[in-house]
Amino acid sequence: MKALAARRHHRFAPVVLMLLALLATGALYAVMTPTTATADTSASAEDIEAGKQLFQANCATCHGVGAGGADEVPSLIGVGAASVNFQVSTGRMPMQASGPQAPVKPAQFTDKQVDQLAAYVASLGAGPSVPTAEMVDPALGSPSNGAALFRTNCAMCHNAVGAGGALSEGKWAPALWDTTPTNLYQAMLTGPQSMPVFNDANLTPEEKRDVISYLVEQREPSVGGLSLGSLGPVSEGLWVFVIGMGILIGFAVWIGAKSS
Amino acid sequence: MSTHDKNTELERSDVPAAFEDPGLPEHRYRMGDTDPAANKRSERQVVVLFAISVLGAVGALVAYFALPLGSDPMSVRWATLGLGLGLALSLLGIGTGAVHWAKTLMSDHEVTEKRKPISSDQATRDAAVQALVDGARDSAIARRGVLKGAVLSALAIFPLTIAVPLIGSVGGDWNISKFRHTVWRKGRRLAIDPSGRPIKASDVTVGSVFHVIPDGMRDEEHWMEEKAKAVVLLVRLDERDLKGDQSPSGETWSYDGIVAYSKICTHVGCPVALYEQQTHHLLCPCHQSTFDIADGAKVVFGPANRPLPQLPITVDAEGYLVAQDDFAEPIGPSFWERLK
Repeated sequence: MKALAARRHHRFAPVVLMLLALLATGALYAVMTPTTATADTSASAEDIEAGKQLFQANCATCHGVGAGGADEVPSLIGVGAASVNFQVSTGRMPMQASGPQAPVKPAQFTDKQVDQLAAYVASLGAGPSVPTAEMVDPALGSPSNGAALFRTNCAMCHNAVGAGGALSEGKWAPALWDTTPTNLYQAMLTGPQSMPVFNDANLTPEEKRDVISYLVEQREPSVGGLSLGSLGPVSEGLWVFVIGMGILIGFAVWIGAKSS
Repeated sequence: MSTHDKNTELERSDVPAAFEDPGLPEHRYRMGDTDPAANKRSERQVVVLFAISVLGAVGALVAYFALPLGSDPMSVRWATLGLGLGLALSLLGIGTGAVHWAKTLMSDHEVTEKRKPISSDQATRDAAVQALVDGARDSAIARRGVLKGAVLSALAIFPLTIAVPLIGSVGGDWNISKFRHTVWRKGRRLAIDPSGRPIKASDVTVGSVFHVIPDGMRDEEHWMEEKAKAVVLLVRLDERDLKGDQSPSGETWSYDGIVAYSKICTHVGCPVALYEQQTHHLLCPCHQSTFDIADGAKVVFGPANRPLPQLPITVDAEGYLVAQDDFAEPIGPSFWERLK
């Protein structure tokens, strides 16, 4: 039975692939994808096949059998392996419910399955591939240049040190404390959900690494002491009003009370 | 009716004509006043509090020597924490010890101290008035008119030495017209903030956001002030999503789905930069004004009253994005002379 299914796929494969390649070329011209976007050719045919089966079972309900998307669902042709790896490895996809915000949750697939899914989607159309370990190594970046870039491009939504913040109508920009360097790179490159895209002409790969380096530098341990979530006046004000003034009031009551 | 009430009130016999001073309440002895053991216990508590102070001070000194500021930033954290805790305990021990001593061991009998009258006696006041009158007669200010004019002129003109520099330093520049212009000119390239690389139209992929400054920004005189007016947000939308922009009829201010809008909010001038790719909404972080980038930056929510001004753009021969002109209207919040 399994062999029969494989043969049937095999028979239609050239037609399907040709159709998808044409679609991908069209999409490519439409978005003028920069030259850095290259199809991931390292994936084996078995990986692509396994990824296809995972896709049909877990993703096709919304994204369509051919990954072409629908009304409110984006097409995945040409999004590349980086986008799939980001969305699936952080647990954002498959989504619990359709909506503009895809919250992080425990990942549903193993690393190998994520790679297979990414290989399948990358085979549908050229897109950004998963960055190498060297491209995202925080030790190789410049945190000070990263700070300048982060301030201009990211801090308005993600907070000055990446603690996250609110957007309109209940959406939010997530905190970046626990995001892996690879996922940070992928998010900048692919612009997931509400986030805009920062392609390699806008932030070069070196500049992206600088941003990652800056963000990793902001993590615990905090050099300045208790950071209170780095949320600014809200948490600091609460601390001062409740704890600080509470202690002062306590002393005032003690001084005023009649000792027995 | 009211007269009747008043009369009955006056006639009431149980209300005294004047209230008497009730005097001090009866003194209540503390436990330490009557029980020597409690007294001793309070004394020990005060000693403990002062001992905590001494330990805190010693701890701060130990921390100063044991936790030096090194090249590792974390050393600053531990040094500050050690010094701060020692200092806090030291002062807290002195303060609480002194209060506890005063409250439990020192005498707490109530005493009354009568207030002294504030005004001087009549003879002193008469003498003071007389001295003033004598002085005025001696200066003969009523008869010497020129002298009176001179002294009043001197007193009136002297404050100018303070007032003129004070008003002068409020701001020498009253040129309102520069609010109407930015450094954007026809043919000036759009560059990435902060790196300053010029932007090619082909680099701006759909969904991208570029934070833009004019090319060669740093060569401007007062470049930071000019930058604060000239910053632009560049977005490329799928042309099917682009409902419209601010181009007047006969002109095209956007290029191939790429639109550029001033980043300065028309409400009170915060940098508007929270761009949501899916909704094409641009949110101002200060007061949540929201602009629809797909529809001429129209205000869809919040206190802003005008759309963000659009920078007309096109491409030059080498494919770089350039401005067609300056903004067509003053950027940023309203000001009196804006007249619209």
